[in-house]
Amino acid sequence: MTNGLALALALVVLAATLGVAVARPPYLSEALAAVAGAVLLVTVGAIGLSEAADALRALGPTVGFLAAMLLIADGCRREGLFDAMGAVMARGSQGSPQRLLAFVFVIAAAITAVLSLDATIVLLTPVVFATAAQMRTSAKPHVYACAHLANSASLLLPVSNLTNLLAFHASKLSFLRFAALMVLPTLAAVGVEWVVFRRFFAVDLRRPRRAGTRPARPKLPRFAVAVLALTLAGFALSSVLGIQPVWFATAGAAAMTIPSLYRRAATPGQLARAAEPGFLIFVLGLGVIVQAASGNGLDTAVRAALPTGGSLPALLAIAALSAIFANLVNNLPATLMLVPVAAAAGPGPGPVLATLIGVNVGPNLTYVGSLATLLWRRVLHAEETDVELGEFLRLGALTVPAGLVAATVILWLALKA
Amino acid sequence: MRALVWIIEDTWEATVAEAAAFLPSDADVTLLHVASTEAETVAGAARRGLLGRHQPPRAAPALREISEQAAHELLAEAQTRLGRPARLEARRGRVEHVVVAAAAPMDILVLARDGDRERLGPRSLGPTARFVVDHAPCCVLLIWPDVAPALTTIPPPPAPGAPQPRPSAL
Repeated sequence: MTNGLALALALVVLAATLGVAVARPPYLSEALAAVAGAVLLVTVGAIGLSEAADALRALGPTVGFLAAMLLIADGCRREGLFDAMGAVMARGSQGSPQRLLAFVFVIAAAITAVLSLDATIVLLTPVVFATAAQMRTSAKPHVYACAHLANSASLLLPVSNLTNLLAFHASKLSFLRFAALMVLPTLAAVGVEWVVFRRFFAVDLRRPRRAGTRPARPKLPRFAVAVLALTLAGFALSSVLGIQPVWFATAGAAAMTIPSLYRRAATPGQLARAAEPGFLIFVLGLGVIVQAASGNGLDTAVRAALPTGGSLPALLAIAALSAIFANLVNNLPATLMLVPVAAAAGPGPGPVLATLIGVNVGPNLTYVGSLATLLWRRVLHAEETDVELGEFLRLGALTVPAGLVAATVILWLALKA
Repeated sequence: MRALVWIIEDTWEATVAEAAAFLPSDADVTLLHVASTEAETVAGAARRGLLGRHQPPRAAPALREISEQAAHELLAEAQTRLGRPARLEARRGRVEHVVVAAAAPMDILVLARDGDRERLGPRSLGPTARFVVDHAPCCVLLIWPDVAPALTTIPPPPAPGAPQPRPSAL
């Protein structure tokens, strides 16, 4: 099979797999589609068996890390961490929508950074929605804040976003060094969101509130918080101790799940579902499919498009191209395609981190993460309600370019320091 | 007289109090609350953006249930405050469209300003109330949610010879 034909086939399989993941037909799961696509590409010789095995071996630790983090987040939910966050927000905001937004920003950014963007979107957003309903204020600014911060605050730690986990190894940074380089860019991206949100939702937020009854004092689940704190401390010390961070994540997941099993607070089946095996398989399959495309010439094309070096214009261009790419496909395949090229575009971790800024902040441009997803869902009439697209897109247009530039400039400064 | 009283979370108490004061005692009153579905759509869209993840069903209630529960509680409180029988209507959707449609068979619509009340002018009506007032198919009683402004809030006429203020772009 020629390279051109193999590349075309790999891209068709990639598009079909993403299409299944977006459309979610009842008869075919995206995990099955990704596996079938990968097997097809190996069978026809678009990717060699050993090459596919290498791709899987490279992704294995990342996927294990992801599973451990999913289990930790689910354990935090079971222990009541997210409900406690709702109580903190309700009590701290004292009936003021502006204060509520401030609490949502801090808590959503913290949950995203520590437990990943999935936790913010799946577990925190319903709590924020219920808190706004209970306060009798418009939930819109606060739910938008969760959706946006799940992306823009996910720069901070290798565990904040699957894209970071995928790039972490290639960046050759220690956990602590990654966090140190990304802390100011994260604050810049979140700061841009704050300034824009305060103006964009000014009318929703300005409504005066009368003080009602003070909500109850929140009860923080001490066990879950302690496990989280110890896991983070383990991540921070991993390079000093010479132990890979994935082992601390595994230990944290074990500490969070085994006592629940023992107390019968969770069944083995529930825990297995919480680790989302379908999603893990999907990521592995996607990795093989993208490797088939990259190995047959896509990487050359990406290399030609992506600037090299660590200068500010190069980093800005990398972040912008990554953001566009993440919006055209989705940030997962975009990361799989871009990171190997960006890692070789060094010197230093600048290009990889700029890629992450692009693929993490960029998806806020189109609220469902990518233009393809957005258009597909429109085509399939999957939205239950008629909502103006204009507002989503306007908010994205106001926050994303400014956030990308601010975060990348500060990354450049941090790299020089 | 058929009267529709549209209440929103922030200003419902003032709206209901004014409705009770101004509407004749034999008026056929309907209290309307419209839950915006926008926040639910944004939350749902963000979830679907997580490609490849089939979130297992969680113990938490769906956003729609939370929203409907809150609306029912609000309407029940509003009826108590109104102090007379009224039909309670909880609807969902694009708020301004739903309100205008619900006002079609009515003689009067009561609503509160929902904009910036610190700078009196066009923006004291937010986009939603602006649309409702402009398209209402009946007459409208527009109330101040707090104290009605004093006459002194009207700016003085410009002094002779002073530069003309530029028309503000809206």
